[in-house]
Amino acid sequence: MLYREVGEFKTSYSEDSQTFPIRFDKYRYFFVLIVGLLFVPFVINDYWAGAVLLPFLIYSIAAIGLNILTGYCGQVSLGTGGFMAVGAYASYKLMTAFPDLNILFIIIISGFVTAIVGTLFGLPSLRIKGFYLAVATLAAQFFLIWLFNKVGWFYNYSASGMITSPSRSLGTFLITGPDATPAAQYLFCFLFVFLLAWVARNLTRGKIGRSWMAIRDMDIAAEIIGVNPLVAKLSAFAISSFYVGVAGALFFSVYLGAVEVTEAFSIQKSFIVLFMVIIGGLGSIFGSFAGAAFMVLLPVALKNLLVLQFGWPVDIAAHLEFIIIGGLIVFFLIVEPHGLAQLWNLLKQKLRLWPFPY
Amino acid sequence: MSADFLYTIEVILNGLMAGVLYALVALGFVLIFKASGIFNYAQGVMALFAALTLVGLQEGRVPFAHLINAVFGTHVHNFEWTLPALAAIILTVFVMILFAICVEKLILKHLVNQEPIILFMATIGLAYFMEGFGDLMWGSDVKKLNVGLPQGGSFWFEDLTIGWAAEGEKFYGMYVDVLDVWAAIIAVVLVLVLTIFSQYTKSGRALRAVADDHQAALSVGISLRMIWVLVWSISGFVALVAGMMWGAKSGVQFSLSLIALKALPVLMLGGFTSIPGAIVGGLIIGAGEKLFEFFVGGFIGGATENWFAYVLALLFLVFRPQGLFGEKIIERV
Amino acid sequence: MTYRKMILSAIAGMFLVSPVFAELVFPSLSYRTGPYGPNGIPFADGYEDYFTLVNQRDGGIGGEKVRVVKCETAYNTEKGVECYESTKGEGALLYQPLSTGITYQLIPKASADNIPVLSSGYGRTSAKNGKIFKWIFNFPGTYWDAASIATKHAMEMSGGSLDGKKIALVYHNSGYGKEPIRTLEELSKKHKFELMLLPVDHPGQEQKSQWLQIRRERPDYIFMWGWGVMNSVAIQEAANIRFPMENFIGVWWSGSENDVIPAGDAAHGYKSLAMHAPGDDFPVYDDMRKFVIDKGLGAGDGSNVGTVLYSRGMYAAILAVEGAKSAQAIHGVSKITPTMMRDGLEALEITEEKLASVGLAGFAPTFKASCENHGGVGAAAIQQWDAKKGTWSFITDYMTSDKSVIQPLIDADSAQFAAENNIKERCN
Repeated sequence: MLYREVGEFKTSYSEDSQTFPIRFDKYRYFFVLIVGLLFVPFVINDYWAGAVLLPFLIYSIAAIGLNILTGYCGQVSLGTGGFMAVGAYASYKLMTAFPDLNILFIIIISGFVTAIVGTLFGLPSLRIKGFYLAVATLAAQFFLIWLFNKVGWFYNYSASGMITSPSRSLGTFLITGPDATPAAQYLFCFLFVFLLAWVARNLTRGKIGRSWMAIRDMDIAAEIIGVNPLVAKLSAFAISSFYVGVAGALFFSVYLGAVEVTEAFSIQKSFIVLFMVIIGGLGSIFGSFAGAAFMVLLPVALKNLLVLQFGWPVDIAAHLEFIIIGGLIVFFLIVEPHGLAQLWNLLKQKLRLWPFPY
Repeated sequence: MSADFLYTIEVILNGLMAGVLYALVALGFVLIFKASGIFNYAQGVMALFAALTLVGLQEGRVPFAHLINAVFGTHVHNFEWTLPALAAIILTVFVMILFAICVEKLILKHLVNQEPIILFMATIGLAYFMEGFGDLMWGSDVKKLNVGLPQGGSFWFEDLTIGWAAEGEKFYGMYVDVLDVWAAIIAVVLVLVLTIFSQYTKSGRALRAVADDHQAALSVGISLRMIWVLVWSISGFVALVAGMMWGAKSGVQFSLSLIALKALPVLMLGGFTSIPGAIVGGLIIGAGEKLFEFFVGGFIGGATENWFAYVLALLFLVFRPQGLFGEKIIERV
Repeated sequence: MTYRKMILSAIAGMFLVSPVFAELVFPSLSYRTGPYGPNGIPFADGYEDYFTLVNQRDGGIGGEKVRVVKCETAYNTEKGVECYESTKGEGALLYQPLSTGITYQLIPKASADNIPVLSSGYGRTSAKNGKIFKWIFNFPGTYWDAASIATKHAMEMSGGSLDGKKIALVYHNSGYGKEPIRTLEELSKKHKFELMLLPVDHPGQEQKSQWLQIRRERPDYIFMWGWGVMNSVAIQEAANIRFPMENFIGVWWSGSENDVIPAGDAAHGYKSLAMHAPGDDFPVYDDMRKFVIDKGLGAGDGSNVGTVLYSRGMYAAILAVEGAKSAQAIHGVSKITPTMMRDGLEALEITEEKLASVGLAGFAPTFKASCENHGGVGAAAIQQWDAKKGTWSFITDYMTSDKSVIQPLIDADSAQFAAENNIKERCN
């Protein structure tokens, strides 16, 4: 009843293309923002920040980034882990080389560095398509990890090759390092997520987003109607890599604090982010959030349920976790192959008519 | 002949044999992709699961022992019997057929006509499931696999080749691993059997018909679902062979599922749809990565094999975007 | 309770960690799954079983029961963080994550939260310097000690000099595997041997290139820093190229039954470092079977009691228990806090009598920790595998490392850490 517009009375294009055409959706959006900004920071503790919210927010950024490339532009990439590593190592080098540089700029510059690297590795996409491209991006993944693991300059020649994030602050609030409060870290990530999601949403419904989607749907046809595939594909790689790089920088400096490149940014990371995008829904910003929530929250929730509530041995719980997550992925795909976002849309369609369907 | 030249030949030889092992894994991918257009991410986990089942049956382990013990407070671990290798292999084949039937009934049937990426995702879900399921069923300790395959360097070959080098050169004869040679022989036999099967049997012809054109195959009365069960069973069998070879090298344990990553560059080089492509791709990747490590790896710090395999495949792809033997992609607006 | 209520409470419970006090809490961040699970299982079993034994036989530590909080990390740093955050609220006294990656992760976090971390024989080597790393301990030995001791053994084998010899290091291409490189480079300068570095990528199933290279270059000795499947494949490959096994020396993480058994008879004669004695010929194992395994209280099925990694886990628990005892003695209270636990570890002295009193006479080297030295003496022995009997046995006494090489490296590395993190030296 609440959830519907009275009718189709749109009189301008801008009204027609607004993100939240239904007033209830708009309120819900602002409600989430207000809760996220004004309520969560006051109740957050180390556990919620470290185990749930920070990974969720950071993976959301990575998922939005990959969704731009895979969901909107149709280029399947399995190099996400490698590009996140570029962001992480760029931020580490910047933090140690310029101790006075503001952390905000460090993260953003790391994003730009990753964008350059991403564009470079995006070049083969002009010739290679589909799964062949996916496997080709694995070359980027393995090469970058090898590079960061091998060349001492990247990790300042430390004995084990690990990088540890020094303490940096924004104004008076510590953001990185062990003494940073969870609220400050959370808000810092929240800010990035909000800005980047907003930019992504608006990019994807603008000219550039439309050219990406044209390429995705059929690149030859797109070329014929005047979309430049070189520009479209490479811009998708650049912007996607920027997002992934920011995610990688936050992942290292704010969330983990110390990483080992072979472990933290391994091929598994690329796969996990791809799962998020597909489970959440290709070509949907909301889907990226839903997918990240699914892949981050579900294992934690399952673990707590099985181990703490039912008191099962941790190893059996861990095996069951795999079984349940795998089962759920298949189940969701069978129910709705286009991801959680589509499921959500269908629900909204039903809600619009509820309770009087005729 | 100079020692360097002989060493190069040794590296190529070993690379080719490593390539055969990669090709074994890649074969399973190709079979499924050809028949159903599914990029089966779970192939590596299937190899692990098959090898686990083989060892479990051979040693007479109780499946789900850990779970049963935890739930009922019992202490069961082993049945009082062990099986000869051949019997265990045959039983494992039946388990893999059962697995194929379950996959078809529970997953594929519901996902007919979906986009490739959705099917890919479903196999990832399957891989997750199997990882947990396999470990829960047989335990996650290292298991020694013994199906009677010989191991170790070949003395005969070493002695044969040691005299080839010129006088005064530091050369110790060429090295080949007997297990690798066996793996190569088994791979050749496997490919021959698969070829004969697909050329001369009724179901083999049906399989090729489906691979050629789904619609046409359906219209002449070939059951697509039957074919899917068949093809998943065959790649289950290929996974078993791959699992056996790799398991004999390193023991059967979780890491076995990661061999799938070794097969991916082989696939993209050879083409997703070609069985000879998988073999040739495996050989090129195997020899190429070993040669690169031999000539260049030492100067840039080693451990280059992982990425070089992909870069090599990428180089080939730039010139042939559908892989060496892949079907030419024809696009129409 | 109705069905619906039950579901609701279950959902609420999914994200809540309820704090329980009144016992001594030792989290066990184990990994029983994933690629390194086969090694994580016996270690975790030993670690958890020893605490059960202490509860069952002695009624806890100084009268306080021990509670082990288990958490599965799967050798994954993110899960490690989740485990750390979820267990620290329960009053965790000490973390032992058995992963160099997770240890690095916890060093800044635990230092900020004032909870000690003990990484026995792994983790960050320079944490030995207690002046900088107040909360981190890594006795009884570090990777750099291990590198030095392995070199020492090689030197003994070649008659006191390594001049002109060639040593190859086969290592896991990660932070863990790279740790000994710097020490070995220094040692190679000092003893004039040639060092060959051969990285092996995770997980390490395919090592043909590395072993072909070894076969060509014919090093006199091979050292190995491996973990998981890499170990057994390397031992198999070494046997295949007929490398003399007694010249092949693994670090203490490359010397368990899991590593040699898959290679079968071929592994006969393989050596590894050991920070404690192998075998189950100690009274404590009888107690363990009597009080824990036979009563069905064991963490595992009891089949791995007495294996190297089980003993390693048990040893880690013993150090924790002895540390707690020494903390109780210092502060005169039985219910200790993490801060007291740290004081206890810093004052920990492992003597022969202490080892004998827990049923492990001669099991491990004696050492005494101090404010400056969080790493003990750095002693290890060499053990050798007998494939026919299926046992490890000591072939040397405990040897100590070459401090003249290692100490400057530790000082340099910890100084760098101190500079990056603005830490002032203590203990002055």
